[in-house]
Amino acid sequence: MSSDRQRKAAKIREVMREEGDAVRESAGHHNEMRKDAVARLDDYEDLRDRARAIKEDAIERLPELVDELTDSVEANGGHVYLAEDAADANDYITSVCADADTVVKSKSMTSEEVDVNDALHADGLDVWETDLGELILQVADDSPSHLIGPAMHFTTTEIADLFNDVFDPDEPLETPEELTAFARDLLSEKFAEADVGMTGANFLCADSGSMALVTSEGNARKTVQATDTHIALAGVEKIVPSIEELYPFVELLAKSGTGQDLTSYVTMLSPPVDSPSQGVDGPMTAASADDRDFHLVLLDNGRMDMRDDDHLKETLYCIRCSACSNACANFQHVGGHAFGGETYSGGIGTGWEAGVHGLDSAGEFSDFCTGCSRCTTACPVEIDIPWINEVVRDRVNHQGREEGFDFLVDGLSPDAEPGRLDVEKRLFGNVGLLADAGSATAPLSNLVASFGPARDLMERVTGIDARRDLPEWQRETLQDWFARRGGSTVDEAAASRSAVLYPDVYTDHVQVERGKAAVRVLEALDVHVTIPDLPESGRAPLSQGMIDTADDRASAVYGGLAEHLDAGRDVVVIEPSDLAMFREDYEHFLPDASFERLSENAYEVFEYVYGRLDEGATLDALRAGHERLAYHAHCQQRTLDLAPYTESVLERLGYDLLTTDVECCGMAGSFGYKSEYYELSMDVGEDVREQLSTTDAADRRVVASGTSCLEQLSDLLRKPTRHPIEVVDPRR
Amino acid sequence: MSTTTTGAFADALAPLNGRVERVPAAEVAETIDAAAVAPAVGVPLDIDGVSLPDSVATDFSADGVESAATGVTPAALGVAEYGSLLLEHAPAGAEPAQLYPSTHVAVLRESDLYPDLESAWSEVAAAFDAGRDDAVLATGSSATADMGELVRGVHGPREVIVVLVEDR
Ligand code: SF4
Repeated sequence: MSSDRQRKAAKIREVMREEGDAVRESAGHHNEMRKDAVARLDDYEDLRDRARAIKEDAIERLPELVDELTDSVEANGGHVYLAEDAADANDYITSVCADADTVVKSKSMTSEEVDVNDALHADGLDVWETDLGELILQVADDSPSHLIGPAMHFTTTEIADLFNDVFDPDEPLETPEELTAFARDLLSEKFAEADVGMTGANFLCADSGSMALVTSEGNARKTVQATDTHIALAGVEKIVPSIEELYPFVELLAKSGTGQDLTSYVTMLSPPVDSPSQGVDGPMTAASADDRDFHLVLLDNGRMDMRDDDHLKETLYCIRCSACSNACANFQHVGGHAFGGETYSGGIGTGWEAGVHGLDSAGEFSDFCTGCSRCTTACPVEIDIPWINEVVRDRVNHQGREEGFDFLVDGLSPDAEPGRLDVEKRLFGNVGLLADAGSATAPLSNLVASFGPARDLMERVTGIDARRDLPEWQRETLQDWFARRGGSTVDEAAASRSAVLYPDVYTDHVQVERGKAAVRVLEALDVHVTIPDLPESGRAPLSQGMIDTADDRASAVYGGLAEHLDAGRDVVVIEPSDLAMFREDYEHFLPDASFERLSENAYEVFEYVYGRLDEGATLDALRAGHERLAYHAHCQQRTLDLAPYTESVLERLGYDLLTTDVECCGMAGSFGYKSEYYELSMDVGEDVREQLSTTDAADRRVVASGTSCLEQLSDLLRKPTRHPIEVVDPRR
Repeated sequence: MSTTTTGAFADALAPLNGRVERVPAAEVAETIDAAAVAPAVGVPLDIDGVSLPDSVATDFSADGVESAATGVTPAALGVAEYGSLLLEHAPAGAEPAQLYPSTHVAVLRESDLYPDLESAWSEVAAAFDAGRDDAVLATGSSATADMGELVRGVHGPREVIVVLVEDR
């Protein structure tokens, strides 16, 4: 392993050991709760569409909304300061705090982004975080590991040890109840002492100058209520036109984050407010707004540039609910200290870090996003989070490229990427070419590749972990076999339907048997089959951030399919990640009309079989049986909601089916092959291994839709696995 | 308003350390008296035929609210599906009375109970459009999971009791 990879692997190992269990328990729990919570909404998708549309409109009209909000806040008697960057925001905030001694704060990631606490401390102020999670971090001098559960990586025992050590209470603290009571008492004193209260803002309403603050502890309310001077620091992207537009967000935010219906307190206020503040002697009387001071600091810090960036722009729609982190298998296992940058973590953290702190911070961790796309169905504002990760990876690949030298190297490379691109990325990105060479020279290529010293060398040069089995290239590819048998046995003119079977790289070169099975199944359902010579879909280069190469592939694949589509042929795809390219990712690469044509006519193989049955075809020709099967659907198979077709067909044929409820096998395309991620990949795979090792599952034949899942399951279970289409193959 | 809405409201509050007492206006004072842990503070209720019991002090100070065990305030509306209450910050003292004592008794007219968040939100938005500038939509009690498991009563009340006034 190269020293860089070794360093990364060591860091992942350490974070996984120290923080993995705690993060996994919370994030995994919130993810399950989220699924239940949104399932209770009958108009969930509609609410997401509405939330998305409101954000699109607000970001589009942002400059105008900033002006409107400024006027409203000023009309209410408050001040607005538009801060260009972190230093500018901190200068303003410290100037407002010039006469203060103590500042109480409610949780705000934006204040973490600008490190306002450091600036206030430097000015001699006493600053107290009043959200208990943030308080733990403050006391531990640590950084957040999650958007809404910043101290998620701590266990109760660790917090108790920390508090006992730092505060030395009369009775040592032990339980969550005791710790909470202690923190509450400590912070009550701070609330009473404080001169200034700082909050963030979840939403800002341009027309009224109102803000919404969402907390479960009630600390934001106390922060505002207890102090005379209120400073709210918020990113400019938090503005929506009016309070009416808040509804879909209020409905979705807590459900997406923790799975609660609503967070305990959604505070709405148009400061400065006239509620009496604490510390005033005598009976409570209404303070006039004149007694209170309000400063809204609107932070740019790169956001206006993100708005002009076609790809990073979507990040500004994020409402920081954390659903994408909780849904992510890799995040669940390492948390935000590995899967995160200076401030923000998780999949969308890449967009935020690239926008506010720069590519270096984002590039460090964007590789943790495997493009599995599970987060995209969890995001309440429908952000294409994997795409943002791919774009950032692409920019990192191109970073620091010096014109005039690289073209030479580029000329020797088969892809459209710059010469500096990492060998590992280039190798995985060009897997199609590798496969051609592998099959042409098999079995020699397999023999060399499995030879110990060769594997060590390969690991050093390419980053492919020596502990992984390599794909076994087949000498006769699917296309060769199909040509040798003389094409389809079903006459096209007489067939019920005609389809192109997409020869993805693995089916064509490695898992050739599943390709043959698919041909026979389709023909048994009276489908004429064509297998044209088509390039790799672009999935492989895309996952390495090689966007130009992926774009070239998309055009070539479409070019090769266009006349088949014109001839009325359907496109049937075995590999779910390739189908996801055709159905989703090609939107970024093809003209709209081409994208629609292909996406509407491309089907996953079992989806197609199911469709044929719907059209009246019978199952008679397929292989029925009572065999006990364990089925693991691929991540994209789940996101595209395709798994039910496989399940339904297998069950109708009589098979006794157990479907895994563990979502990710950990392999995620090339991710698990990389030496720096091998251990994480195996750790993620542990859940599915456990489920498939129970007494009910252990004797079942394991079937899976995705190539990488099949490889990972064979590694984890030490037994052969196959694609379900082989099970129903009439010739089996 | 059907009683199923009221039932849904009580069901939603129960797991959040909240409960509902549905009574006619004439019995509100004695219900509050029985529910409130002393010392109790509160603000005037402004609901026809409803008054505070003598055990609830209305002339409290900042210190008084910090040492009170119960705060009694009106609620502007309720959301049946989630057990939420819209708590306004007027009259003076209502906000600290909702926030500092460990038990919050909220008095709500049954006719102000909305079936779901969307219908309630139009009312909230209308109130803000009409000049209201300070309110909180409170769902159950204050809670944290930061210490490793769910604990109630952090910076806000541990328990919420809604006295629902039969007014139809
Ligand atoms: S990207 Fe979407 S899912 Fe992730 S935190 Fe932002 S809003 Fe939530």
